[in-house]
Amino acid sequence: MAFKIVASQCTACSACEFECPTGAIKFKNDAYIIDPKICTECEGHFDTQQCANVCPVPKTCVKV
Amino acid sequence: MGQPVTISLDSLIAPVDLDAMKRTAASGGCSSSSCGSSTRPEDMDAEVWERIKDHPCYSEEAHHYFARMHVAVAPACNIQCNYCNRKYDCANESRPGVASEKLTPDQARRKVIAVANEVPQLSVLGIAGPGDACYDWKKTQATFAAIAKDIPDVKLCISTNGLALPDHVDELADMNVDHVTITINMVDPEIGAKIYPWIYFRNRRWTGVEASQILHERQMQGLEMLIARGVLTKINSVMIPGVNDEHLIEVNRWVKARGAFLHNVMPLISDPAHGTHYGLTGQRGPSAMELKALQDRLEGGAKLMRHCRQCRADAVGLLGEDRGQEFTLDQLPESVDYDPAKRTAYREFVAVERGDHVAAKQAAAAAIQEAAAEGQSLLVAVATKGGGRVNEHFGHAKEFQIYEASSKGVVFVGHRKVEAYCLGGFGEDATLDAVIAALEGVRHVLCAKIGDCPKDMLEAAGIAASDAYAYEYAETAIGALYAETFASAPSQAVA
Repeated sequence: MAFKIVASQCTACSACEFECPTGAIKFKNDAYIIDPKICTECEGHFDTQQCANVCPVPKTCVKV
Repeated sequence: MGQPVTISLDSLIAPVDLDAMKRTAASGGCSSSSCGSSTRPEDMDAEVWERIKDHPCYSEEAHHYFARMHVAVAPACNIQCNYCNRKYDCANESRPGVASEKLTPDQARRKVIAVANEVPQLSVLGIAGPGDACYDWKKTQATFAAIAKDIPDVKLCISTNGLALPDHVDELADMNVDHVTITINMVDPEIGAKIYPWIYFRNRRWTGVEASQILHERQMQGLEMLIARGVLTKINSVMIPGVNDEHLIEVNRWVKARGAFLHNVMPLISDPAHGTHYGLTGQRGPSAMELKALQDRLEGGAKLMRHCRQCRADAVGLLGEDRGQEFTLDQLPESVDYDPAKRTAYREFVAVERGDHVAAKQAAAAAIQEAAAEGQSLLVAVATKGGGRVNEHFGHAKEFQIYEASSKGVVFVGHRKVEAYCLGGFGEDATLDAVIAALEGVRHVLCAKIGDCPKDMLEAAGIAASDAYAYEYAETAIGALYAETFASAPSQAVA
């Protein structure tokens, strides 16, 4: 149960990084990645996934 | 560097000659109207003038002398606008929100110092996208804190969509951010729904009228909070024909009532190649004359800004130029110390020069009064590389500054961007056609030099081009031109 970032779509704006309630998103090798071991799909925090909500590019933060 | 008056202006683009600037500054002295507050417009409070007189975006007069730079440090955004696509980006494009490289606060600090050491006109540091400076707050804050320590006299400035603004107004005021721009495209959420597909607020995505209602309330709240704290606030509005063009009259009324200092109505930039919703759906931007017509209707409301160049998010230099490519990350030194010498010398020079400029403006207004052609106005395009003078060759101009001469005097009313006609020894006819199209409504072009061929082609298109006023102040030249035009043919209707 986790989300991922489609690297080719990502603009590296960093919005997802500071909205993520579990700190699962990190900047590594010039790209943002979601650590699937930490990501909870925001369960227990919010009804919807924050990374997908704030991402400016459609279909970029998606379910693995 | 032949003519004395051009020394300083050539130095705008050439390496700065400090001694020459000092000589010019010293020779003017404080003899006439050249000193201190005498350059202040009559209808402006002295304290406000002191705060804006070196800010190229807040003072039309200052934009002839002072430069801004933007640093793209806050890339995260909390709303989606139909005129923006975050995926597209190009070094050759000149439009808001576009930047070639994002910077960390430390990289931004080094860049600002490098620019301050090289560009004597620098007076303002702004954070203006891509992204929102208030939403991506920590990076905005870290950048400003670092710069304020190194260059305390640089003015700090942000541009925001307003959604996160109320959360940070107190901190902005504490950090001496004296100039804030809010982009307000509507005060009616029904219209907002056609501009903003969604916003991200309080941990969820909002759409439709509901999204615009929240955005509108936050924008008004933020504006009122800024005004209450004495922060000078500018409102940017994007004019979108058929969506909010008429509505901007209402927007102007709202922001004036709340104490906005300046209202800047900008044309929508729309092109399918930009990949924006508007670009892809064929929403057009307004023509230069449509924009001017709306701006003219707004006169008398909140004070209008007409000299905006809609610059990039990493722009460096005077408003009409962009030296950003000279200061890319790979050219920045690892460590750099601020040296105020060039900026200080330039300020001494400008103090004198702008006093002379005001005197020239007044003389031009008097000349026009004397010509007394009741109801007659004249739109004149000026090729300039800064300093408010006719000092650029026609073929080298990348923009023309447009002045309107009427019984009210000579007033800057806008600019027209063009491609430079001269390609090193020869000119391109297609480019000249585009220049002629861009000069819609204009009857006279003043420049430092023009060849016979383009001059004849302009003539055929009904535009008189002249280099007779080379290196004069624009107002002096236009005042003389106006007097000449209406004295020789008093009954002729022009522009």
